Amino acid sequence: MPVLTFREALNQAMAEEMERDPNVYLMGEEVGYYNGAYKVSQGLMERFGPERVIDTPIAELGFAGVGVGSAMVGLRPIIEMMTFNFSILALDQIFNNAAKLRYMSGGQFQIPIVFRGPGGAAHGLGAQHSQCLDPWFCNVPGLKVVAPSVPADGKGLLKSAIRDNNPVIFIESEVAYGFKGEVPEGEFLVPLGVGEVKREGKDVTIVAWSKMIHVALDAANALAEEGIQAEVIDPRTLRPLDEQILITSVEKTNRCVIVEEGWPYAGVGAEIAHRINMHAFDHLDAPVLRISSKDVPMPYALNLEKDVMPNAQKVVAAVKKVLYI
Amino acid sequence: MQKKKLVEMYRMMLLIRRFEERAAQMYGMQKITGFCHLYIGQEAVGVGAIAALRPDDYFISAYRDHGHILAKGTDPKPVMAELFGKATGISKGKGGSMHLFDVEKGYMGGHGIVAGQIPLATGMGFAIKYKKEDKVVVCSFGEGAVHQGSFHESLNLAKLWKLPVIYLIENNRYGMGTPLERASAIWDLSQKAESYDMARATVDGMDVLKVYDVVAEAADRARKNGEPTLIEARTYRFRGHSMSDPVHSHYRTKEEVEEQKKKDPLIIIKDKLLKDKVLTPATVKELEAEIKKIVLESADFAENSPVPPLEAVYEDVYAP
Repeated sequence: MPVLTFREALNQAMAEEMERDPNVYLMGEEVGYYNGAYKVSQGLMERFGPERVIDTPIAELGFAGVGVGSAMVGLRPIIEMMTFNFSILALDQIFNNAAKLRYMSGGQFQIPIVFRGPGGAAHGLGAQHSQCLDPWFCNVPGLKVVAPSVPADGKGLLKSAIRDNNPVIFIESEVAYGFKGEVPEGEFLVPLGVGEVKREGKDVTIVAWSKMIHVALDAANALAEEGIQAEVIDPRTLRPLDEQILITSVEKTNRCVIVEEGWPYAGVGAEIAHRINMHAFDHLDAPVLRISSKDVPMPYALNLEKDVMPNAQKVVAAVKKVLYI
Repeated sequence: MQKKKLVEMYRMMLLIRRFEERAAQMYGMQKITGFCHLYIGQEAVGVGAIAALRPDDYFISAYRDHGHILAKGTDPKPVMAELFGKATGISKGKGGSMHLFDVEKGYMGGHGIVAGQIPLATGMGFAIKYKKEDKVVVCSFGEGAVHQGSFHESLNLAKLWKLPVIYLIENNRYGMGTPLERASAIWDLSQKAESYDMARATVDGMDVLKVYDVVAEAADRARKNGEPTLIEARTYRFRGHSMSDPVHSHYRTKEEVEEQKKKDPLIIIKDKLLKDKVLTPATVKELEAEIKKIVLESADFAENSPVPPLEAVYEDVYAP
């Protein structure tokens, strides 16, 4: 199987879907002539032309709305947010229009649109460019939220997201764009709403997604050296959430640690912990613990940034706590 | 213009006026709840603009939308039923007064966030160009919307990409209780088009024929050259901002409202059509009777329709 970087896998997904359906187009800042701020759209304008790979001015609210409006009348836009930090300017269009038009029109519309781009911290980008906004989008009915962790999932989930008839928030990661992995060629779909066991284990469940999967796997490796077998679960889609895969794992391990890059207050991990409490309470031998970023805007200094973010050591410590060792 | 078309425009304005007068009564009886914004006084703008379009052109507007959906050709019954929050409503009782939609008729809503529909209209224009269709979009909004970023971002994109969109400011002088002069640095609002090198026009929004002409010209420009236009229609609302706002409160005087009512758009067109012998007092009477019947039937239909079943609450959140 070919080994691709994350950005190549995403690029392949878009190219295949644009080939498959002439109504699919890509729009955003620097997606065309510049080949994407992070080169995810490399070569697409050359291949599909400037009518389908469209550079925009810096006007997130405007072009997000253009995407939604075009979806109302049958197109299937992929709107690239250079980073999801900038999507904050477009939230009126995403929350008030994309997420609600179907419902408040009594089902007269479908809004097949993907908003995609990197979210979360990278490396010394400071407070305004390092935000993990997953829970904001997860809170809104009408949206789907996807956060892939490895290139193959990136491709398979993005293809499914583009084919989905609903607005999908597809959150990538700057630091993960260079990550490599095996990616199936051609038609390869990962369904939305279906998680995956990334590592099997019997002693504790670690739930993580996006680049936190790699933190969780590092922690699992470290724990294995101490004889602790951690199971790592990647929900892959945060809304709708694959509850069953979480419950099944916790029923087996009886302990759970959730690793999320976002802030602790009202984070996605809080929702997951709640669902585990609701559906697997009798199986728990310890309270569900959460490792998140610290509850502060992201500082610039690298030592502080590192301190704020989740890491394998913090996860290992949490796992030992739920194991009472 | 053909006689038939003139009569149809008058008839539609009359329908909207009587429909909303009935809706206001129903609101008073608590049959209609929530926010309800009447279009009374502004009918010439929506009717004139929509009369200048083809049936498959798109029209999208804000929350003062009853008149627009009726003018686009939707049966009054499901519109009234929507105001009542009934299952037979045009949006199945999920939208309400501010969120009327009729996709089949090209009426694209019914939007509650000031200026939020302007990028949507721009996106429809983009789709028309993408699909190489021969359609145009008219996007109506109040003068209060022109201060939002989405208005300016949209105008820039429409001109930059040559999109067939007509931006129609329905300037009724007040953004809720704030008069234009306390909200805008300029009085002549279509001047804003100059920033984007866009065609512009200002029109008397109380005269349906003048609105028709200016929108027809803009539609032609959009269809032939993909050129957008910004139009300011100067109009006035005779009722409060919404049902909870009195007709004249601290922000405008009774004298001002009465003065403006002398330019009632319904009277202007009726007098003209009588003078030109397009209508006679007898045909006006017939029309009044016909409209009265339609409006009463719509209220009866709404009244006698069922409320949405509770199972409907989870329907239409996501498309299959």
